[in-house]
Amino acid sequence: MNVKKQFWEGLITQNPVLVQLLGMCPMLAITTSMFNGIGMGLSVMLILTCSNVVISMLRKVIPNKVRIACYVVVIASFVTIVDLLLKAYVPALSASLGLFIPLIVVNCIILGRAEGFASKNSVAASALDGIFQGFGNMVALTAMCIIRELLGAGTFGGGILNGGDGIRLISENVVALGMILPVGGFLTLGFLIAAMQYFLNKPKKKEVAKG
Amino acid sequence: MTQILAIALGAVLVNNFILSQFLGICPFMGVSKKIDTALGMGMAVIFVMGVASAVNYPINKYLLLPNDLIFMQTVTYILVIASLVQFVEMFLQKAVPSLYEALGVYLPLITTNCAVLGVVLQNTQKTYNFIESVTYGVTGGIGFLVAIVLFASIRERLEFAVCPKSFEGFPIALVTASLLALAFMGFSGLKIW
Repeated sequence: MNVKKQFWEGLITQNPVLVQLLGMCPMLAITTSMFNGIGMGLSVMLILTCSNVVISMLRKVIPNKVRIACYVVVIASFVTIVDLLLKAYVPALSASLGLFIPLIVVNCIILGRAEGFASKNSVAASALDGIFQGFGNMVALTAMCIIRELLGAGTFGGGILNGGDGIRLISENVVALGMILPVGGFLTLGFLIAAMQYFLNKPKKKEVAKG
Repeated sequence: MTQILAIALGAVLVNNFILSQFLGICPFMGVSKKIDTALGMGMAVIFVMGVASAVNYPINKYLLLPNDLIFMQTVTYILVIASLVQFVEMFLQKAVPSLYEALGVYLPLITTNCAVLGVVLQNTQKTYNFIESVTYGVTGGIGFLVAIVLFASIRERLEFAVCPKSFEGFPIALVTASLLALAFMGFSGLKIW
């Protein structure tokens, strides 16, 4: 078990959203304020870690043919728990994420990690994988939120800082409203992934040049 | 009747599942490299979304609501959808082999398409009746088909376009999708009275 390697994989080299291109629906839909991004990121991280642990524990019991259905049931149970918890303790987040909380069930990150990692590795490694991949997802979500919120609404930390209004950095009159609409979602994610590809390809080029 | 028409128009154009609600982005990005496959995926989604809406409505109304089991909605819906997709696959294989051949690969993928679970959850949330639910399911599927086929036809050309190296492949497709979403924003004022 290589903790450091797993951490970097989750955060950068195998980032679930920006490199593996999984779980794009919430990434595009709810990233309009920092509150949403962090809330969604934490929920996914919690569900991913729990489902990874349970699936890893059950990996020798679950028959191969019905494994996907079993994974889905495990994931759906945790999603329901988180959904109810959020409704009870953070109703504002629950209202703002709406449909996208139950839809975490079909978030490909979770099923993808269950199939690709937890079903083959030990419980401890799967738990770490859940935490790190969830963290990578949260970082990506938050980055996307910060960009879209700044350009689209002109604020920073909406929903959290300054009593929920966020700190205004750009005047209300000059913001590009399109950035918090669907258009901006696709555009920002496109540029983020492009930046990631640029960043990941850079060292390789150097190696080629050296060789 | 106007209500039904309004739902249909909304689902196809105004609140398009992909381009304005962000449901079903994974298959939208994954299987939109060729028009043929996009068409197949779209057809399969229309079918499954329609049937899923029709099946989940009575389950919610006659099983979950009377027994105070609303908290089980997500689990039930996803299980119903998964088994439905499996069943449709087996049925088509026996009954309409030609259609099965055409859809084959895409059917299992639909289970994890959030548009399907999304439409069922929205039906519940908006308290649609049976006919409205099925209409919303089918027309939502049509909206998915329209968006994915349009996108695939642009993407086929995109293969030959020259763009910065970092943007090659996925990022430029997302930028294209953004322009498509911009075009669909034009429908947002559309209403039926």
